[in-house]
Amino acid sequence: MIRLLHVTRTYPRTGDAVSDVSLHLHKGEFCFLTGHSGAGKSTVMRLIHMAERPTSGEVRVSGYSSERIRPREIALLRRKIGFCFQDFRLLQDRTAAENVAFALEVTGARRQVIKSKVPRLLAQVGLAAKAEALPTQLSGGEQQRVAMARALIHEPLVVLADEPTGNLDERATRGIFDLLRSINQSGTAVLFATHNLELVRANPGVRVIELDHGRLVYDSAADGVAV
Amino acid sequence: MTYSLREALVAFRRAPLLAGVSAAMIALSLFVIGLFGIVAYNIRKVIEGVEARVEVVAYLRDDASPADVLALRHELTGLPAVREVHYVSREEALQVAKDELSEFSAVFGSLESNPLPASLELRLRPNQKGPDVVRAVAQRVAANPAVEEVRYGNEWLDKVFLLRSVAATATGVLGAGFAVVAILIIGAAVRLAIFARREEIAIMQLVGATNWFIRKPFLLEGLITGLLGGSLAALATWLSYNILTSAVFAVVWIPGFWVLCGILAGGALGAVASWIAVRRHLSLA
Repeated sequence: MIRLLHVTRTYPRTGDAVSDVSLHLHKGEFCFLTGHSGAGKSTVMRLIHMAERPTSGEVRVSGYSSERIRPREIALLRRKIGFCFQDFRLLQDRTAAENVAFALEVTGARRQVIKSKVPRLLAQVGLAAKAEALPTQLSGGEQQRVAMARALIHEPLVVLADEPTGNLDERATRGIFDLLRSINQSGTAVLFATHNLELVRANPGVRVIELDHGRLVYDSAADGVAV
Repeated sequence: MTYSLREALVAFRRAPLLAGVSAAMIALSLFVIGLFGIVAYNIRKVIEGVEARVEVVAYLRDDASPADVLALRHELTGLPAVREVHYVSREEALQVAKDELSEFSAVFGSLESNPLPASLELRLRPNQKGPDVVRAVAQRVAANPAVEEVRYGNEWLDKVFLLRSVAATATGVLGAGFAVVAILIIGAAVRLAIFARREEIAIMQLVGATNWFIRKPFLLEGLITGLLGGSLAALATWLSYNILTSAVFAVVWIPGFWVLCGILAGGALGAVASWIAVRRHLSLA
């Protein structure tokens, strides 16, 4: 479903952010993407949702290729991808429900669809009672749950979670991880970028890909390397 | 209300001063065009009045034979620009002079012979009265040996046409200058609006909004600013016209279609300025 084929991404000033990385994320798979800060995790995420194009190599996501994709197709591709970030990226002047609804509103969804979907998703992430709260009235864990409800609104094939627990305490981290696991069990693939090795070690059955200085140095799934 | 329109209107609430300055700049540029438009339109009216009276008069040599005159008359009648050729004999010319210049009747009465030449008066077709056509016909007439002299009011005709081209050029240059300034200011306003909404735009891009959807509110903002500016310009031009007419001299108001075009041009100007700003600052990948 997601393939990186010998992908290198070079920046004029800082050099290679990602260097000759190949990986394959299957449909419905859960995978940790680990490495130190600056190892290239976020760049891999940005390459997957085509916010950046490879300097060389190719990225293929759900039938779209980085070599041929057009701007309008990038928008369509992103409706198949959910996003969670360390800083949540919620609109501060909108309520939890409005933040979730926003993702549907800007893709031209009908009001009826928005009305029926938003409460359902807030309930799914355990925030039905806080639909009318502003982000500033929510804890970090709750804000990340709002972001996850928003990520799920288009029923994505994959959720790209870029350090989603980076700003959270241990308990909230566990809660978010469990939520991502349950999302994964319903068939959505999850790529979970984190430098929290404790979280990785606590889940030995989960596939782990490690980046170091932009290079893929470890993949617990053998077929993930040989793409 | 649609999302785009709502967001466009929010932009006015967020930065009313900037929106006001943008509209005022468009208004100023179109006001200049409007004023020159009045000048150009009135010159056109004058020219139309003048053209209606334009005729070419060929004074004939006294020794021209009737056969020469008849041949010349036939030749001129056949010209596409000529509607009618009227022969005025020497006697008729004298009679007309006596009738029209009655205060000089004593002078005419004391004449031993008739000093006035016979002439051919050419009336041109309504759409064939431009300076080039008139001059071409006059030259053709003058080339005939039976013709002594040709008169067609060439000096003032050229001047009126020159005035019209000067007015048109001044309108174009000044209007374009102000339009460029207006585009730059609207561009700045839109860039500020983009900056104010950069987080929202980033999220829109992430959740799969198309470029067009993201651009629409900004284009609408530019369009509304432009239409507002165009309407202001129309109002200012109309007020100036009223002041001019009541205080200085009477002029004719421009046609309603021109006013409508001016307002729409304001809208187009605003939308183009936004389009340029948005294109430069928003791209998905």
